[in-house]
Amino acid sequence: MSHAQFEVLSNQAVAICGAFYFIALLAHLAEWAAGRNVPLDADAAADAAAVSGTASAGTASAGSADTLVAVQESTEKMERFARWGLVATGVAAGVHLVAVVARGLAADPIRVPWGNMYEFTLTASLVVTIGYLALYRRFKLAWLSPVVTGFLLVVLMLDALLLYDPVFKLRDALQSPWLVIHVIAAIIATGAFTLGGMASVLYLIKERWLRNQGDPDRTPRRVGYLDRVPGLVQLDRFSYRVHAFAFPIWTFAALIAGPIWAEAAWGRYWGWDPKEVWAFITWVVYAAYLHARATAGWKGRAAAIIAIIGLLTLWFNFVGINFFFGSGSQHSYA
Amino acid sequence: MSESPDERPDDAQYENARDRAATVAPLAPREFLRWTWRQLTSMRTALILLFLLALGAVPGSVVPQNAVDSLAAARWRDQHPSLTPIYEKLGMFNVYSSPWFSAIYILLMVSLVGCILPRTRVYLRAMRARPPKAPRNLARLPEHRTFTTDQEPDEVLRHARAALRGYRVDLAGPVDGTGSIAAERGYLREAGNLLFHVSVLVVLVGFAVGSLLGYKGGVLVVTGGQFANVSSQYDEFTPGSLFSVGSLEPFSFKVTDFDVTFDTGKRNFGLATDFSAGLSYKSSPNGEVKTARISVNHPLSIDGTKVFLIGHGYAPDITVRDTEGNVEYSGPVIFLPEDTMFRSSGVIKVPDASPKQLGFRGEFYPTTGFSMETGPTSVFPDAKLPLLSMQVYAGDLGLDDGIPQSVYALNTDNMKPVQKDGKDFRVDLAPGKGIIKSDGSLIPSTVTLPDGLGTITFNGVSRFVKLQISKNPADGVALAGVVLALLGLLGSLFIKPRRIWVSARREGGRTVVEVAGLDRSAGGDLSGVVDDLAGKLENRMSEDKA
Ligand code: HEM
Repeated sequence: MSHAQFEVLSNQAVAICGAFYFIALLAHLAEWAAGRNVPLDADAAADAAAVSGTASAGTASAGSADTLVAVQESTEKMERFARWGLVATGVAAGVHLVAVVARGLAADPIRVPWGNMYEFTLTASLVVTIGYLALYRRFKLAWLSPVVTGFLLVVLMLDALLLYDPVFKLRDALQSPWLVIHVIAAIIATGAFTLGGMASVLYLIKERWLRNQGDPDRTPRRVGYLDRVPGLVQLDRFSYRVHAFAFPIWTFAALIAGPIWAEAAWGRYWGWDPKEVWAFITWVVYAAYLHARATAGWKGRAAAIIAIIGLLTLWFNFVGINFFFGSGSQHSYA
Repeated sequence: MSESPDERPDDAQYENARDRAATVAPLAPREFLRWTWRQLTSMRTALILLFLLALGAVPGSVVPQNAVDSLAAARWRDQHPSLTPIYEKLGMFNVYSSPWFSAIYILLMVSLVGCILPRTRVYLRAMRARPPKAPRNLARLPEHRTFTTDQEPDEVLRHARAALRGYRVDLAGPVDGTGSIAAERGYLREAGNLLFHVSVLVVLVGFAVGSLLGYKGGVLVVTGGQFANVSSQYDEFTPGSLFSVGSLEPFSFKVTDFDVTFDTGKRNFGLATDFSAGLSYKSSPNGEVKTARISVNHPLSIDGTKVFLIGHGYAPDITVRDTEGNVEYSGPVIFLPEDTMFRSSGVIKVPDASPKQLGFRGEFYPTTGFSMETGPTSVFPDAKLPLLSMQVYAGDLGLDDGIPQSVYALNTDNMKPVQKDGKDFRVDLAPGKGIIKSDGSLIPSTVTLPDGLGTITFNGVSRFVKLQISKNPADGVALAGVVLALLGLLGSLFIKPRRIWVSARREGGRTVVEVAGLDRSAGGDLSGVVDDLAGKLENRMSEDKA
């Protein structure tokens, strides 16, 4: 295959994986719609049944045999849709990977596909998918599915519509092994921070929702999405875990690999270039997040807000800086 | 972070101290100092200072910085005459060395020291401590499992002890059929955290020392040109406060040649690939001459000072003569690139011209193209069809005012545009045989100026390289600090400190075993660990029996 054909393949793969993310999103929305008829503790009952090996799900909710059957049907529907969504996301991830790899093969000479904003976003969003799939079982991430798939769909669309650039050869300054190391670390951290940020956003939403909810033992009502989003403690813990994973990687990318590369290319480790300034700001904000979680009065809500600020600075850095500061940054080719 | 107060002795200590301090009124000076210190070294203050640091860094990314791009900063000041004095006062052009930014990070450093010292003390004590005894009521702990077995308690505890590998374990009993194990692990987490915070200090110190003792300079050198490492030869020179100019390494070099290939393919049209410059250098005036090639990512290091190739451009070679043919100026003049196709702009100053001083200001196009919308422009970065197009000024260049002038700007306060037939006179020059335009007219290599001002000739195109020369004696320290910080951080984030207790007692002919755990880190989840241990013990017990 020629380089140009790989570029076409990559573009097609982006379109196809976008379609699969869309299918996944629909499946997950259907899952949560079906879930409205499933009482919350049916889950627990089903879990208990699965653990003890007895097959008597749905015993938890009181009611006639009719409702029991209805609940069971909805439960099955929910599980089916969830599975479909997950399969669609898995397929999307595979195609997404093809898109990234083909993008690298499209360049002449072939290279790592992280030469510009389009490619960076394409790869960082793949990291989000992979992180989500990898953690799905361990953290029971069903609640995150609609958020992740919706996010990926939107980001890929924006990426293809606004940031698209034809394949370019790398500038001299970018031809260094440190580029590979620095950028892949930055991309992994960005993907992970994004995933953690989603949990922080949900934390704020759920916290507000809990506060506004009047009487918790109101008569039975339908079970919405937010009912199924885990409790604040678990959300906070998940968010922290992901951030704690991403923070050292970011530290490495921004404060070790980046400076080493900059020294080789421009003769200084650190030059307070706008891109470097914002990488530093992001780092400091996330350090503040880790501190906030350990400080009375700042845990929880305030920490979640700080995490979101951190994410905004992170994304601003590589989309915003290029738009607003343009040639003012030595990094403006990124 | 667990909520129980004993988890954070240091923080709890701060909180208590603050409460106590708050009730002492009015504050005696000593109390006040103490109170201030405690405030300064509290986590909350650290948090706020971190925020201030992040916020304080922002303006430096918006306003051009002297130390980053002094040309851009100067241009900005020209364009914003009313804001400039205010910004100067606020240190907006030197944010990262401004008093207020320094104040933030110095406070942060003080806070950091004030935080590290007591924590180190607490840690050293805790490091030698034994795991605390099992609480009387294990069932009260958040993670807790119970099972019964026929095995004797000492058998159970023996197995439990074996299963708790990697823990610091204390065994109590069994006495009268009741015994317990207290186990703890993850002591290194706090060590990692302390290492991280100490390393942050190391980085800051390395940074400070480096910027005090080092320097950074930039210079543009035309190929064939020489450079000697003295401060007056630099176009831009930023020494650290403690840097003495006398300690510049006495090297010198000549830029022998410059190589660049521009891509002509459709995809990467005009992109410079592999550009490199040849240098012949001497480390001292009497040293032997050596040669080197430098390119992006491949600098030359001479006795700890590094020479980087960071850019390039064109320097048209010009000769200006008076009407009698006497040379008033001759040599390459650097034109600074303005776009990716190397449309470049520059000025030529001829102070020795007679009858009046001459100044030229205009643009250079390496491969000239023309369109009605843009006028002349450059369509390719290589020098395929060079054209120099300039406006001519005559009068006083203002070089004798004693005010230093940029070589890239023309001060026309006391100069008038030269005119011919009532219009401003432009010179268009092409080297060699010139260029024949589409209308058949010729752009020559020499033009005679009106009013007996002489002639100007475009002899040919030279190139210049942009070099950065810098010395950073303490960069290694800062870098080592960051690496240590990362190690500490990994320990701090991923070592899980936890306590496990197992108790076994005889009750009604059987042994009741209780397993419980307490997580002492942020975001830990012990349920799996306690499940595991309880499950393992229970299996072991029934196996042994069988
Ligand atoms: C330059 C300033 C500072 C930076 C960049 C910084 C950074 C960090 C980071 C990234 C962590 C996370 C590690 C973890 O969660 O285990 C942390 C934890 C911590 N920092 Fe700092 N810190 C700074 C200053 C301070 C100061 C001044 C204090 C003292 C009040 C402090 C006290 C702590 C404590 C107690 C923890 C442990 C929190 C926990 O257990 O989760 N730090 N710091």
